Amino acid sequence: MAERTSHLLSKPCFQQLINVLRSGGYRVIGPMVRDGAVVWETVQQTGDLPIGWRDIQEPGQYRLERTGGDRIFGVVHGPQSLKPFSFAPREPLLTIERTRNGFATSPTIPAPEKVAVLGARPCDVAGLAMQDRIFLRDAYADPYYQARRAGLFLVAVNCTRALSTCFCASMGTGPRATSGVDLALTELDEGVIVEAGSSAGEDILAKLECVPSTKEAIGEAHARITACAKSQMRALDTALLPQALYEAHEHARWDDIAARCLACGNCTMVCPTCFCHAVEESPDLDRQRSEHARVWDSCFTQEHGYIHGKNVRPAIKDRYRMWLSHKLASWIDQFGSSGCVGCGRCITWCPVGIDLTVELPALLKLDARDTNRQTER
Amino acid sequence: MESHAQPATPGSGSAFHSQKPINPYEIHMAAIVEKRQETAGIETYRLKLVDETVRQAYRFSAGQFNMVYAFGVGEVAISIVSDPDEPEFLDHTIRAVGRVTKALARLHVGDRLGIRGPFGQGWPLEASQGKNVVIVTGGLGCAPVVGAIEYIFRRRKQYGSVKILHGVKTPHDLLYRERFDAWRRHPDTEVLLTSDKPDKTWHYHVGVVTELFEQVAVDPARTVVLICGPEIMMRLGVPILMQRGIPAAAIYVSLERHMECGIGLCGHCQLGPYFLCKDGPVMSYDGVAQWMGRTGV
Repeated sequence: MAERTSHLLSKPCFQQLINVLRSGGYRVIGPMVRDGAVVWETVQQTGDLPIGWRDIQEPGQYRLERTGGDRIFGVVHGPQSLKPFSFAPREPLLTIERTRNGFATSPTIPAPEKVAVLGARPCDVAGLAMQDRIFLRDAYADPYYQARRAGLFLVAVNCTRALSTCFCASMGTGPRATSGVDLALTELDEGVIVEAGSSAGEDILAKLECVPSTKEAIGEAHARITACAKSQMRALDTALLPQALYEAHEHARWDDIAARCLACGNCTMVCPTCFCHAVEESPDLDRQRSEHARVWDSCFTQEHGYIHGKNVRPAIKDRYRMWLSHKLASWIDQFGSSGCVGCGRCITWCPVGIDLTVELPALLKLDARDTNRQTER
Repeated sequence: MESHAQPATPGSGSAFHSQKPINPYEIHMAAIVEKRQETAGIETYRLKLVDETVRQAYRFSAGQFNMVYAFGVGEVAISIVSDPDEPEFLDHTIRAVGRVTKALARLHVGDRLGIRGPFGQGWPLEASQGKNVVIVTGGLGCAPVVGAIEYIFRRRKQYGSVKILHGVKTPHDLLYRERFDAWRRHPDTEVLLTSDKPDKTWHYHVGVVTELFEQVAVDPARTVVLICGPEIMMRLGVPILMQRGIPAAAIYVSLERHMECGIGLCGHCQLGPYFLCKDGPVMSYDGVAQWMGRTGV
């Protein structure tokens, strides 16, 4: 993307981008302030975006505050990543109707809809690429996911401010969106630098009244993104994964985490890559028709590990270990890279502020109690 | 592990529009053509897929499973018991213990249910030709292996000796009694049964299935073992077999986990890096040994 021509859209002209997308047939979705957080909503005008707001995120804490400035994308992110746009929280799979001779099924693959997401963060773009790998792989490309994904047009915003919970730089997923986007924006004081990442993006860009970016503006954008990476206070060292975490299966730290973890499943609900789902059946009251749907599930629920007669992961410790070991270790074996993109949402939205960037190093350290146990053997 | 195609760039379109994949969630209607009570609470359903095209295309291997659907209630993963050489009919032996299986138990001959499958990896039967086969099962765990045994006996000369070791809690829990009797009559075949809690009618071994190992001679270099039953049975049994010189790579286990999708997508059936619905349910012990010994996985 660095090779491409870079264009500058002045802030007063930003509405053009929304207009061009809308006239291109896209429903434009962007961050909007709602109930003390930003959520994805349909956007009509620039003023709908959280101009002059920023988010403060800490373990177990999310706050919005007014800065009074004119920054359009001052808020880094809200609880939801791009995941719900392609992997719907509730996706009806089939409607099944009773017939004289049994039943008849009709698939409920969603109708294609052109949706432009304005303000996707690089970590979330990486999360979506991981979801693509999961849902569109091999023989079982998921037609429901595929239908939703096909209509997505991504307008990413490169990050120029890191939250205290951000660690994308260490995961190699940000703060610049390097692939998988249609347009990438970088917000400066004088305007927004716009770069195209796909031919569909080029088409939109061509319709904007932009001026070519100056060398200074490009340099400024680069400097801000680099500074954002450097300012990140958290990091995850994944060099020893997956093996080191597999070997930590009996580590005493899991008990320590379990004493804090509420098994609420928030971390899995806000994670851009978590893909577990349950299949549920909702028959009409007269039992003539039934809906077969998949809904987001979490490995923290009791039912997740249930087989007849027992639960294979009965304790909270087992479930947290399942989640973290999957995310950071077995995910690598399954899909070729980590299931973590460094967005930090699981840290922020954990009611007790469990922080995987603290827990992983603790788990990889040989525990004192563990050493005792080994010598006893 | 398998390799994955690079995700296409959004906007470029091709990868998202060109593929016309089959819908892995589609449920096919099957008629119950026979229902047979095996023991208290356990029945074998003989099913026939209703749509002829679907039926013709349906092929499975022994050890695979189907998602069986009860209208308005849901799906449950059940192994296929029948002979893979007769794909016209599908047999499922089902214990009525859960929401779906209890709904299935209320259906009669002629009623319709749903089938989605077959899924998973079955037993390594082609790769085991020329070898002696030891089959160790416990309780309802014999169901996923029945198709494998029938497959072997159809090609009796292509395998060495066959030893079938099966354990049940009480004599009433013995499924497929006539099948065991029939298998016994094949040449170079031993069938050994045991019960933990026998009654006066029981004239086989008394005790757990692992005790039967002492009664059979094995040639470790040319033996393959197929095991299916409670996980505890496999955990205790496999080390004994390995002590007798059978390598872990020649021991195959069929594992049970919660399965909701059958296509490695819903996440429930994970065991370490494996999705047991897709990478299993039959796994080489070599691959899963380090996970099976662990608690809470």
